[in-house]
Amino acid sequence: MKAETPPRLWPADIYKSFKRLEIAQVAYVPDAGHTQLILDCGADKEMETVSLTTEQEGVAMLAGGWLGGKRGALLMQSSGAGNCVNMLSLAQECRFPMLMLITMRGEWGEFNPWQLTMGQGSGRILEACGCVVQRVDRAEEVGEVAFAAGQMAFSTNRPIAVLIGQRVIGFKDWSK
Amino acid sequence: MAKDRKGTLDRREVVKAVLDERGDALVVTGLGSSCYDAGVHDHLNTFYLWGAMGAAAMMGLGLALAQPGRRVVVITGDGEMLMGLGSLATIGAKQPSNLAIVVIDNELYAETGMQPTHTSRGVDLAGMAKAAGFTAAETVYTQQALESSIGAIYRTAGPVFFDVKVSDKRYPMSIRLRDGAHIKNRFRENLLGPKAFD
Repeated sequence: MKAETPPRLWPADIYKSFKRLEIAQVAYVPDAGHTQLILDCGADKEMETVSLTTEQEGVAMLAGGWLGGKRGALLMQSSGAGNCVNMLSLAQECRFPMLMLITMRGEWGEFNPWQLTMGQGSGRILEACGCVVQRVDRAEEVGEVAFAAGQMAFSTNRPIAVLIGQRVIGFKDWSK
Repeated sequence: MAKDRKGTLDRREVVKAVLDERGDALVVTGLGSSCYDAGVHDHLNTFYLWGAMGAAAMMGLGLALAQPGRRVVVITGDGEMLMGLGSLATIGAKQPSNLAIVVIDNELYAETGMQPTHTSRGVDLAGMAKAAGFTAAETVYTQQALESSIGAIYRTAGPVFFDVKVSDKRYPMSIRLRDGAHIKNRFRENLLGPKAFD
């Protein structure tokens, strides 16, 4: 199989949703799927972008940002969801709103077997930690789903995780 | 490495001395003893963690970025700081000038049975903070050094880091307030007014 080379309009759609949502803090552990979004947010003077050493730092950071009156989003790959587990008790116990956008690996055309544990487990793990989990598998719906998830997170004070399917992102060509 | 030099300062007196100068600073505490130390001097501008070990420094960063006009002071323990060491690198890279971290370092996990932490074995938290790019980072052993560090906690362009070595004396819990949503809401309402509930 050859890797797909999708036009990737959806990262810009997420960025537009962030602007509508007045997202002021963007914390991330990089993922290839979030490359363009990280660049766009980094170039925006109204957004503080923070590169993390581990995803759980982002959960705590966004809680601190919300304490100070700012809305934030956390970007990660599915392998990072498990790193957040105990830190999500902050969101659960304190009702901190949290918008998490998770680009999935380990679920569609994956070549790396090490990605499957979290790729298959992320949704259940996040649900067990009290997150509302929503999926999007169509590129043209990503921006809208991110916006709706943000609206709900900041209106209801709850952590919402949006899983962006690997099929949207495309997979690495391992066939050479 | 200062393995052989032990802390003698009293943790409650240290936290009182720091909080006496707080002015309009915003404070985040780590879980456990540092929460109870700060709880003796309860204030609407204090957010108490009762869990989420390793969160304190990063909550401080998020708050400092959201409120650049206010000083943000994190007061936490050595065990809590050790669980979030990566955050020293993240904060060093981001350079928030209004953030100070104060570690009340008794070299013990006091809540779980007084087991020694790595700081008892010579691990130097201030050295790590310095290497991560904090603008000031010191280990404080004496009353005199503590008094001179308090000015830096509130006024030196940050991020600044002070590891204050204290004795192993234990104190009872102080504050009873532990409902997380309430702690968050009262902090936000005091800071943001009606906008807290927009």
